[in-house]
Amino acid sequence: MPTVHFTDTAGTVRDIEGNVGDSVMETAVRNGVPGIVAECGGSLSCATCHVFVRDDDFAALPPMEDMEDEMLYGTAVDREDNSRLSCQLRLHEGQELHVTTPETQV
Amino acid sequence: MAGKETDLLIVGASQSGVQLAISLRALGFEGHIKLLGDEDHRPYQRPALSKEFLQGTVESESLIFRSNDYWDEHNVTLVKGARIVRVEKGADGSGVAHAASGESFAFKRLALTVGARARHMDVPGGDLAGVVYLRNADDALNLKRIAPEATDVVVVGGGFIGLEAASSMHKMGKRVTVLEYGPRLVGRAVGTDTSEYFLDAHRGRGIDIRLNARIARLVDSGEGAVSGVELEEGTVVPAQIVLIGIGVIPNTELAEQMGLAVENGVVVDSNALASDGTTVAVGDVANMPNPLPGAPAGERIRLESVNNAIEHAKVAAYSLMGRREDYAGIPWFWSNQADLKLQIAGLSLGYDSTVVRRDDERGKFSVLYYRGGQVIAVDCVNTPLDFMAVKSALAKGQNIPAGAAADPAVALKSITTDA
Ligand SMILES: Cc1cc2nc3c(=O)[nH]c(=O)nc-3n(C[C@H](O)[C@H](O)[C@H](O)COP(=O)(O)OP(=O)(O)OC[C@H]3O[C@@H](n4cnc5c(N)ncnc54)[C@H](O)[C@@H]3O)c2cc1C
Ligand code: FES
Repeated sequence: MPTVHFTDTAGTVRDIEGNVGDSVMETAVRNGVPGIVAECGGSLSCATCHVFVRDDDFAALPPMEDMEDEMLYGTAVDREDNSRLSCQLRLHEGQELHVTTPETQV
Repeated sequence: MAGKETDLLIVGASQSGVQLAISLRALGFEGHIKLLGDEDHRPYQRPALSKEFLQGTVESESLIFRSNDYWDEHNVTLVKGARIVRVEKGADGSGVAHAASGESFAFKRLALTVGARARHMDVPGGDLAGVVYLRNADDALNLKRIAPEATDVVVVGGGFIGLEAASSMHKMGKRVTVLEYGPRLVGRAVGTDTSEYFLDAHRGRGIDIRLNARIARLVDSGEGAVSGVELEEGTVVPAQIVLIGIGVIPNTELAEQMGLAVENGVVVDSNALASDGTTVAVGDVANMPNPLPGAPAGERIRLESVNNAIEHAKVAAYSLMGRREDYAGIPWFWSNQADLKLQIAGLSLGYDSTVVRRDDERGKFSVLYYRGGQVIAVDCVNTPLDFMAVKSALAKGQNIPAGAAADPAVALKSITTDA
């Protein structure tokens, strides 16, 4: 099973097992991980599922599409080089993904 | 239902009701919460019903808001399949809600998050097989079940849901015709520039759209199923599925029975309190003061959007905790129709002028709405940067002067001014 390690701004880590094919956003929201709002439910319309991905994990992710890139300019906490929208990140078998949630999403 | 006493009974277990429960727990509400709804499904998100779910690109499991464990851990009891038909309530806010099954649910405080239902079309042939609506999961499951057999689909109503469903059905290989009664698409929610844009875009993608369409009747195949839609001028548009999307009606019956003020929804104050001062009403069912910063006092609105359900529920959660907090954030909405990604920020209610930004080469389009020189809203198609710029300007009380905004090459963010 893939596992996502969510760290919040206070440093609290939550390790959540996800299902292959689910997005990181879904994995967070269904389990009530604070720090991911995801108003649009993964439609790539809200930019409230912003995460910072640990650098080594980031490099292994598929590249983002233009729409995600543009949406990232509107996040509540400014984007950084390792920013992604977590609804666009699909989990695959055996994946270990480390992400940090921003202080606020709205 | 003995055992835990219900401190808060939430009637309607969807976007608003779910958010209200979540927000109350986040604020430290310790009482027991019962989240009750009449559907037989665990609470789920509606937007995908006309989009990804209909097209089969997401599973039903993905639409569920929260895992069962989450509700257990947060001391929220879910009740499915219970339709409340009558409420007795005292002046202190407590009372008993009676379900159609005869079961009753006592509460100390009550929240009405009962949303809205699809408006039914009164037309000869309206009850033939194949005539469908799209408001809830059962509707969507039914539509998915009958879709494979159909080659021709007529969508009645060119609003958001009609156009989303039309785009989805078109993508699924159907011949799709949209019959809109009015002179333009989405007339209730967007201005004429955006209507025109969508008309051209959908026609260009192969959807037959007829404006000012007058329907005479739905035609019977001879076997009790619909075979077409006859227009008043006599032509018949073939259809094995007729999807009716002509808007919604807020579910105000309980509020009326309780004697609450009702006018295009349950009338609430800026703290989501109904006219009895104790019941909260939230989301699609609520008629509230226009929440846009700077809106004229006394102006009211009923919004049908996920964002509003969420933000309004937060206001109601504070209210139930005895705190008065304003509606936060800028209302926004999205609608995905084929490759057209519409995002709306702000509320265009009362606008007096617009500025169109259009770059056809890059497939980008947006319209800014102004009221007395101040930007109040934007419709954006495939232009998230414009959406984000206006949303952020509105949130900060800034303006984007109309003159400079007209050039689509100029980044709106760069011309934003302190109002
Ligand atoms: C197909 C579709 C697509 C949409 N797409 C978008 C979109 O892209 N973007 C967007 O922002 N919004 C969209 N919306 C709108 C959004 O889903 C609604 O604004 C939102 O669901 C409103 O939430 P609510 O909880 O206030 O009401 P509802 O979602 O209507 O929920 C009310 C619930 O209460 C139940 N209920 C009613 N009466 C009773 C009773 N007497 N007893 C018990 N239960 C009762 C209902 O069955 C329902 O489950 C869409 C809606 C639909 C139908
Ligand atoms: S959930 Fe809305 S953009 Fe990711």
